[in-house]
Amino acid sequence: MTAHNVVAAPKSRAEHVQKVSASCGVEAWLVESYAVPLISLEFSVRGGASQDPAGKEGLANLLAGTLDEGAGDLDSRAFHRAIEDLAIHLGFNADADSLSGHFQTLSRNAPQAFQLFAQALNAPRFDEDAVERVRGQIAAGLKREAFDPETMAGKAFRKAAFAGHAYARPTRGELSTVESLSRRDLGALRARVFARDNIKIAVVGAIDAATLASRLDALLSGWADKADLVATPDTEIASVGARKVVDLDVPQATLRFGRPGLAKADPDYFAAVTVNHILGGGAFTSRLFNEVREKRGLAYSVYSQLHEYDHCPALLGAAATKNERAGETLDVIEAQCRELSEAGPSAEELDKAKKFLIGSYALRFDTSTKIASQLVRIQLDGYDPSYLDERNRRIEAVTLEDAKRAAKRLLGDGRLLVAAVGRPEGIASRG
Amino acid sequence: MESIAAISLTPNVAAPAPAPAAHAATAVSHFTLENGMEVVVIPDNRTPVVTHMVWYKNGAADDPLGKSGIAHFLEHLMFKGTKANPQGAFSNHIAELGGQENAFTSYDYTAYFQRIGKEHLATLMRFEADRMHNLVLTDEVVLPERDVVLEERRMRTDNDPSAQLDEAVQAALFSHHPYGTPIIGWKHEIETLSREDALDYYTRFYTPENAILIVAGDVEPHEVLALANETYGAIPARAEPPARRRPKEPPPRAERRVTLSDEKVEQPAHERLFTVPSYATAEPGEAEALEVLAHVLGGGPTSVLYETLVEEEKLAVSAGAYYLGSALDDSRLYVFSTPAEGVELETLDAAVDRVLARVAASEPGAEALQRAKTRLIADAVYAQDSQVALARWYGEALATGLSVKDVASWSDRIDAVTAQDVRKAARKWLDKKRSVTGFLLPVTNAAA
Repeated sequence: MTAHNVVAAPKSRAEHVQKVSASCGVEAWLVESYAVPLISLEFSVRGGASQDPAGKEGLANLLAGTLDEGAGDLDSRAFHRAIEDLAIHLGFNADADSLSGHFQTLSRNAPQAFQLFAQALNAPRFDEDAVERVRGQIAAGLKREAFDPETMAGKAFRKAAFAGHAYARPTRGELSTVESLSRRDLGALRARVFARDNIKIAVVGAIDAATLASRLDALLSGWADKADLVATPDTEIASVGARKVVDLDVPQATLRFGRPGLAKADPDYFAAVTVNHILGGGAFTSRLFNEVREKRGLAYSVYSQLHEYDHCPALLGAAATKNERAGETLDVIEAQCRELSEAGPSAEELDKAKKFLIGSYALRFDTSTKIASQLVRIQLDGYDPSYLDERNRRIEAVTLEDAKRAAKRLLGDGRLLVAAVGRPEGIASRG
Repeated sequence: MESIAAISLTPNVAAPAPAPAAHAATAVSHFTLENGMEVVVIPDNRTPVVTHMVWYKNGAADDPLGKSGIAHFLEHLMFKGTKANPQGAFSNHIAELGGQENAFTSYDYTAYFQRIGKEHLATLMRFEADRMHNLVLTDEVVLPERDVVLEERRMRTDNDPSAQLDEAVQAALFSHHPYGTPIIGWKHEIETLSREDALDYYTRFYTPENAILIVAGDVEPHEVLALANETYGAIPARAEPPARRRPKEPPPRAERRVTLSDEKVEQPAHERLFTVPSYATAEPGEAEALEVLAHVLGGGPTSVLYETLVEEEKLAVSAGAYYLGSALDDSRLYVFSTPAEGVELETLDAAVDRVLARVAASEPGAEALQRAKTRLIADAVYAQDSQVALARWYGEALATGLSVKDVASWSDRIDAVTAQDVRKAARKWLDKKRSVTGFLLPVTNAAA
């Protein structure tokens, strides 16, 4: 096969996915394609910032930042030069729930490129000077964002929404906690989360199943069998109805808002996806876009989304408007939530939302990297490749009754937890 | 670098990444319709999806004096509908077909794009052709949208000291040429932009002879050409393509420094911008040498700036450089760094001087040169994985005075750059007199 027609709906996307089992016990999903001389690999292990020990916030983020700073015989400089000589793309990232990796190589360099990747995964050096350098970069990033309204609003929101839970903690840590992280901490976290029962991996491009299986053995046979994870308890957005105002001398107020969402396993989840799309999804069609931006010119940016924390389904949104009109903007947003909850969407709105969600699914699969990321996400959610075909059928099956019920469940009385940064008129802290 | 090469209509839909360079594709087709509109077709048969873009060869640098921001404001207003397709009709239709859309404005071009299942290409072309010549604007839609743009400006700039410094640095770098004026416009001028201003600008620039159609995806070139003839081809040619008359920047004679202190700054930062030729204005080989120079100097963790300032001297936590080669007129090369804890910006500034002097005095080593070229050329191969990236490369090139042939030969031209070319480019263009240095500082009590 010469093209990765993984999007070739309406036939089947799933049939283009091969499950490749390596002898080391790890299974990867592969879409084999030779249209472009590249190989893209994405992986994710559970255990992001939620695994950071108390007082060591930012550890998973520092680990992600130091894995490519020297490995095996190669110190940081030699490793970076080897990566550049082969023009490899290699990077790691930590979020609240997982640590993920991105690797992409020209297929003609694949053997050496996979070797370097294996070294980063299996034998990172965590040399003192390299760790210090990355620590300095993270600290500079934290300082750069110390008075950034969006960062501040996110922080204030999480603090109120997740009080006492791991999700309230900053993924990249605080200056003081980042300062306290040691080489030993890095090694310990790596040993706990880099385990073969804990990795989801997908590969797209110019590689066959047998070659991939042997590459996976080289990458992962040194890993532990089982991860040693601290369980993250399920939680829910708290303080709904509360207002948290953070004073900052800027002309525009930055708002973050949210309330509990619906879990992916919930029978109403796909109905909730359509409801969110109608409320604040898409680009130019949502109720929030029309009411806040188009009709009233209140904001450049306004949206809502169903957020994907592993242990907390959430409806989150944001807007930014000049201080003088902040209260008015929030009133419009809350009124839209209430209205949609009470009356539900119209049949026409639901029909349009379904058409968009179904039709645009293909656009998530038009580059190798995007395909690989989608395949990892689907594995993390516990689905089979058949989900690739199932997903649009689930959207299609949402009835107006389902959507009305989901709107009520999702939006309830329309109240929101709101964090606001700036000097917003008409919004005062409460709750 | 947080420089804004282009700003888009909505924050949530990502604009395609700016093109680092260009791509050596072989199967690209290029046509010109009878009314003067150019058509480029880039085949990508892997998925039944198509990217459709219309680029207009005018941008913020073509804003009339006193009307800064009009190119960008009009970009917003292009979504307000026509007689046949009133406000929202186009966007709603795209959404129903499962498409995504956005638009962006840069100094030299304004572009509108959609991504959608390939069977809907003809529909997009009909709508897009309609708004090329039938836009309807009323104060009822223009005035709230002007407030939206002011909110956009507050979000991007007025809330952010580092963006304010960038504006001041650009303004100092281009004292006369409009690249010194922000794309979004100055606030006091945005506030006065009217429906008439927008329509004047629209009438002047939104014509087929000033437009480029780029289609990338699972399509046949002759089918695209036939559709283009039916839709865009039906729009009558108006005249000669509109001329872009821009004041020329005088030769820079004095090094300049711009400092911004703000109580919201916790982390100082250093930047230096040089005026340098673009691909469109450079002598043969010179822009390619600048591209390689910028990469050797500051492209990632193996660059001279990073290895020297971050790894060896430990004066900075990050450092890099970037050449903005896609521009119709003389452009800029950025050098940026973030000081390590406790390091004064003056100290870092002197260290940047030393690195730049060294690069101008000696040729890069063979390995460093090869490494930079390998990465630049490989990135053109990686781009083949993204039809949006390819479409953007061709659009940007053609809108800034380059040809399809220029794009196709780019990798070979990069490969031909010698160590001597790199040193010569550094010596000629990294002259401090051509530069503005920006200091971003916290507020200190001590008189500085």
